[in-house]
Formats: sequence, structure tokens, C-alpha cells
Amino acid sequence: MSTASASVPYAPGRGGSGPVLEVQDLRVQFRTDSGLVNAVNGVSYTVSEGETVAILGESGSGKSVSAQAIMGILDMPPAEITSGRIMFEGRDLLTAPAEEQRKVRGPGISMIFQDALSSLNPVYSVGFQIGEMFRAHRGTSRKEAKKLAVELMDRVRIPAAAQRVNDYPHQFSGGMRQRVMIAMAIALDPRILIADEPTTALDVTVQAQVMDLLKDLQRDTGMGLVLITHDLGVVNEVADNVAVMYAGRIVERGTVDDVFGNPAHPYTEGLMASIPMLEAKGGRLQPIGGQPPNLSSIPSGCPFHPRCPKRRLGADALPGRHCAEDVPPLRLVVPGREAACHYSEEVLGV
Amino acid sequence: MSDITDAAAAPRPAAAPGEVLLEVKDLKKHFPLTQGVVFKRTVGHVRAVDGVNLTLRRGETMGLVGESGCGKSTVSKMLVALEKPTSGEILYKGDDVTKMGARALKQYRREVQIIFQDPYASLNPRMTVGDIVAEGWSVHADIAPRKGRLQRTQELMERVGLNPDFVNRYPHQFSGGQRQRIGIARALALQPEIIVCDEPVSALDVSVQAQVVNLLEDLQDDFGLSYLFIAHDLSVVRHISDRVAVMYLGSVVEEGTDAQVYTSAAHPYTQALLSSVPVHEPHLRGLKERILLEGDVPSPANPPSGCRFRTRCWKAQDICATEAPALVDRGQGHPSACHFAEAKTVVPTE
Repeated sequence: MSTASASVPYAPGRGGSGPVLEVQDLRVQFRTDSGLVNAVNGVSYTVSEGETVAILGESGSGKSVSAQAIMGILDMPPAEITSGRIMFEGRDLLTAPAEEQRKVRGPGISMIFQDALSSLNPVYSVGFQIGEMFRAHRGTSRKEAKKLAVELMDRVRIPAAAQRVNDYPHQFSGGMRQRVMIAMAIALDPRILIADEPTTALDVTVQAQVMDLLKDLQRDTGMGLVLITHDLGVVNEVADNVAVMYAGRIVERGTVDDVFGNPAHPYTEGLMASIPMLEAKGGRLQPIGGQPPNLSSIPSGCPFHPRCPKRRLGADALPGRHCAEDVPPLRLVVPGREAACHYSEEVLGV
Repeated sequence: MSDITDAAAAPRPAAAPGEVLLEVKDLKKHFPLTQGVVFKRTVGHVRAVDGVNLTLRRGETMGLVGESGCGKSTVSKMLVALEKPTSGEILYKGDDVTKMGARALKQYRREVQIIFQDPYASLNPRMTVGDIVAEGWSVHADIAPRKGRLQRTQELMERVGLNPDFVNRYPHQFSGGQRQRIGIARALALQPEIIVCDEPVSALDVSVQAQVVNLLEDLQDDFGLSYLFIAHDLSVVRHISDRVAVMYLGSVVEEGTDAQVYTSAAHPYTQALLSSVPVHEPHLRGLKERILLEGDVPSPANPPSGCRFRTRCWKAQDICATEAPALVDRGQGHPSACHFAEAKTVVPTE
């Protein structure tokens, strides 16, 4: 997201400019009984210090799979990373030896998940699980690790942390469990935090608390945040930049203000028109027709063309820009904005 | 042609629009908490629903919002007679459902249908779509003569936007949105007066969610249906509802037209709820007042005395702990259950 991050003011940091994490042309396939599933098809983005990048997409758009590939937690097989590089601080994680990858996970990049209950071990106390980060990566003693765990629980605003450190995950509410997971993720002061649908399972009032916490932590530590979500509202309120994914590709990216204010891709436009508003009753919703694509047979040309109201086929299409035949590359449409549509200028109205 | 299309053409001959179809009075459902294996004894009650009053008029949509655990799904189950209320009345066209005999109850169950949240769990995987849609007719044989059932099924499928040729397919061959349409066709098959929609779009992606919301609106216009629309997504509820009731911990805290509740919320909980919803319009970001609630929802097994919300309320005073506020209009133009009700615009309007 180097093109757009220039416009985002960001002051504090731990020195060093340029992206901390750089994903280049990542492709992931799954081999299944019913054929090859192309989950991620050439995704590139960068995350700088203190930046919040939102990866927005519906189910099956490849947003979570790309994050799992970065963390090195994809089940391989059935998954297979067929190409791409994941550069963290200048090193390619995909070719690095396992031991080096392990050292990055935790202090370098860490991740929180949607479902906190199934991501925590039910038979260990939360204090033990948070402290495990220090024991495994820094060789801290058990006693010391528990002390650090209490400090972290305080930091993620779990009330009465000292009393609750020996409690088990099932004794916490959904929002508190999510805080426990955040505490584990930030324990080693990572440079990048990947949050995969961190608030999807939570009620709105709790969602607001957790998003506030994440923002505050980011301000304090200057970590880069990759926020994976399907919720346009969360993206709007939290992120600096957004990449919209469809069928394993990024179809549009730019600053949140630009992308949401005036979409350059018909899919983004369709998403904006299909959600009801809170602030007004609004008229009839304008849904995107059809169904999301089947990833084992992605439509030819632009993957969105069967559902696109602005597609141009046959004689309507310009040479080399036939929506059902030519794959539109992700290109710079206006300064600070990229879109993968042959006719982005028309969508934008420029 | 069948009655389905006839009904669409001619308005129902029944009583004038706006007639009260369903009236819920002081509805309660307490689930016993038991201890012991052989000699079970009751040690307490979970007050899932504790005194709910609602009215539903013909042709209108009543929205019911609240966070998880507030009792909204239990209300829906009691309304379709899947759960027996602990106390209270459900008056359908003047008759108390809780006192109905078998014959009257059978008729009631035909006229009040339900659509469930999870389209993956609510359809029998071993039945074809045609069998699922037509199953109700084996109980209510008078609605569809045995001979024309296949044709009727296919008409229904077409009406909800499914390909009628897929009548012999199984649920797993459909996507989430399509499965929800199967559930809607199943409910429509019995020509109901009321459809209780229990989180019908929460499991769907936004682009598909809009399709289903529009379908529900069209069906309401065509068949003169009344909806009780239960959801946790405040934007969707505002979009589809004529009137909205907000639930917290087993009781309704505020009720009014969609404009009353959303633009001049009087109960602190409604205000906090509205303030927590992230808006997706960039120009509205930051304009909304931020009300962050502390802590979690108390357990319904041991609810706070007096006002249920007082433990998290910034307005709470001594009276709130001793006296439960009634759901009445305190000068805001619509009823709210707060001693210190005060209309307030939380979400900015354009």
C-alpha cells in the first residue's frame, strides 16, 4: 500500500521508514477431492509501521487464507503456496528455514482470530497461555511469566487481572476472551498484528470496546495492523487504507476515504449500495446480482464480470478490454488509487 | 393458476389494514437451573424473557433488536409455539395461544411461520428441496391438493428466486443465500399471516443479504404478510422495520417507529447501542457521539434489581436499584423504560 500510505499522516514510530511487511504476488491453491481451488490469485500489499490496512472481502474471497499464508499456519497439504514472496524486514519468510520463521511469529508478526474460544486451550489457565509467549521465546521463568501475563491482562483492560490470571477460558465472556487473545498476540511487542475478523463474533457494544483497545495499543506501540473483515463500517472507522478482495484478487485499493467515498471498481460500488444505512431509512437496497464465484472454476476474464452491471462484452468492449476474456490488471487509476477494472475511469466518473 | 398468484393480484379480503394481529402481554420464560443427577433440584432460574409486551399489526414489520442473550430468540420460539411461556399471554386475533387446544393450535402454527438464522442447520440434508417446501402440506393437506403439489412447489421456488428445475436437489447443493430462500419458500407454502424472521440474514454476506432483504419486502407487499423481524444488526432492522423494539436482558427497554428509536433514542442502552455501530460513510466518521459501555451484560440467572441496565448505565441513581422503570412515554413521544429518559440524537443524520 506504498502508493497510498504517503497521504496518511503518521508521526510516532520506532524509526525506519518503508514497509515492514511486503506481500508480493501471493498465490495459494487447495487440492481437494472436487478439484483445484484457487483461493488466492496474485495478491500484493505492503504494511508500514503504524499503518492500518484493512483487507475487505466476503466469504471465499481469500482474505483469511492470505493472512494464514503470511503467518505460516496454512495446512499444507491440502494448501500449497504456488508462487509469491512474503518479505518481512527484507527477508523472504517463505524460503526462510523453519526455525527462523518461528522466531518471526510472535515478536515479528502475530495474529488474532475470530473465534477466541476455539483459539484458546481449554485446559490451561489464561495466565499460563499468555505467559507461554515469554517462556517459549525468551526463556522466562514460570513465575516471571505469570507476572508479565498479569501486566498484559491489565494492559488489555481485563478487570481484576491479578485475580483472573488463573481462570480458564470458559470462565470469561466473549469480549474478555478476545482480550486474552489480544494479550497473547501483543506479548512480544510485534511489529505487525494481523487481526482476522477480530470482532465478528462479538456484539456491537463489545465490538466497539475491542476496536478501541486495538487502536490504543497500536498508537502506543506503533505496530502495523492488518485488519481482515467483511464489515464496511469497521473498515471505515478504523483503517487508513483498504484493499477490497474478490475471488482471490485485490480488485481495488486506496485510502478508506477515497475508496468508500467514490469507488473505482463496480464490486466496491455494489457493496456500498447493498448495505442499509443506520443514519437514514434509505430506499430499496441495490444488491449485487448472482452468487459469489466458485473458486474451483473462476470465471474467465474479470472474475466479477458475470455479476457486473457495467461489464462490456462483444462489440461494446474496447480492444483488449473485453470483460469476459481479458483479465484486468490492478492498475493505478488516479493518484493513490488502484483498481482492477477495464473501465474504472467510467466507474469513477473521471 | 394457483392461490399463490391470485393472492398476489388481489389484496386480501380480510379486515382493514392496521388491525392488531398479534398481541404479547407480559410474556415470561424462565428456564430452571438444576443441580444433581439422580435427584434433580431447581437451584434457580434463568430469566431469559421477563415481561415482554409487543403488538404486531397486519402488514407491518416489527423489528426486535438486542445483543446475544437478551432473549429475542426465546421470544420468537414462544411466538411460534415451540416453547411454552412460563407466564403471560400471546393473543392471536384475540385468542390466547397458550390456552389453545390442539385443533386451534394446528391452525395457528399454519398461520404463523418462522424463518431461522442458520440456513445450513435448519434444512434437513436428506430431503430434497421440493420435499422440504412441500412438507407442511402433509399436515395441512387442505392448502394444496395432492395433485398439483409439484407445480405449486415450483411456483413457490420461482417466486423466491430459485430455479424451479432444482426441485430435486438437496440443500448442500445450494449456497447460503439460496438456502435461506428455500426456508422462505417453505414458510410461504402454508400461506401464513405472520412470518417470524429470526436473524434471517445474519449468516449471509452483504451482497447476498441485500437480495434476501429485498425479497422479504417484495413478498410482504404481494401477500400482505406481517413480519416480526429479529436481528442484532441495527442497520438492517431500521431498513426493514416500521416499528422497532429494543431488548436488554429479557425485557423491552424502548419501542417506537424506526425514526423515533433511531433519531431520538430515549433509553441510555439504545443510545449506547446506536453509538457502537460503525457507520460506513467516510464523511460521518467521528461525527457520532462515542458512548462506550463498561463491562459485560449481567447473567440473566441473577439479574440486577430494579432497572436491568443500571450496572452499566452512566445515569444510574439510587432509584434505579430499587424501582424497575415501566415502559411508558416520559415525554419523548414513544415509550422507554428509563427513569431518566431523555431523547437524544446519537447517529448524525445527513
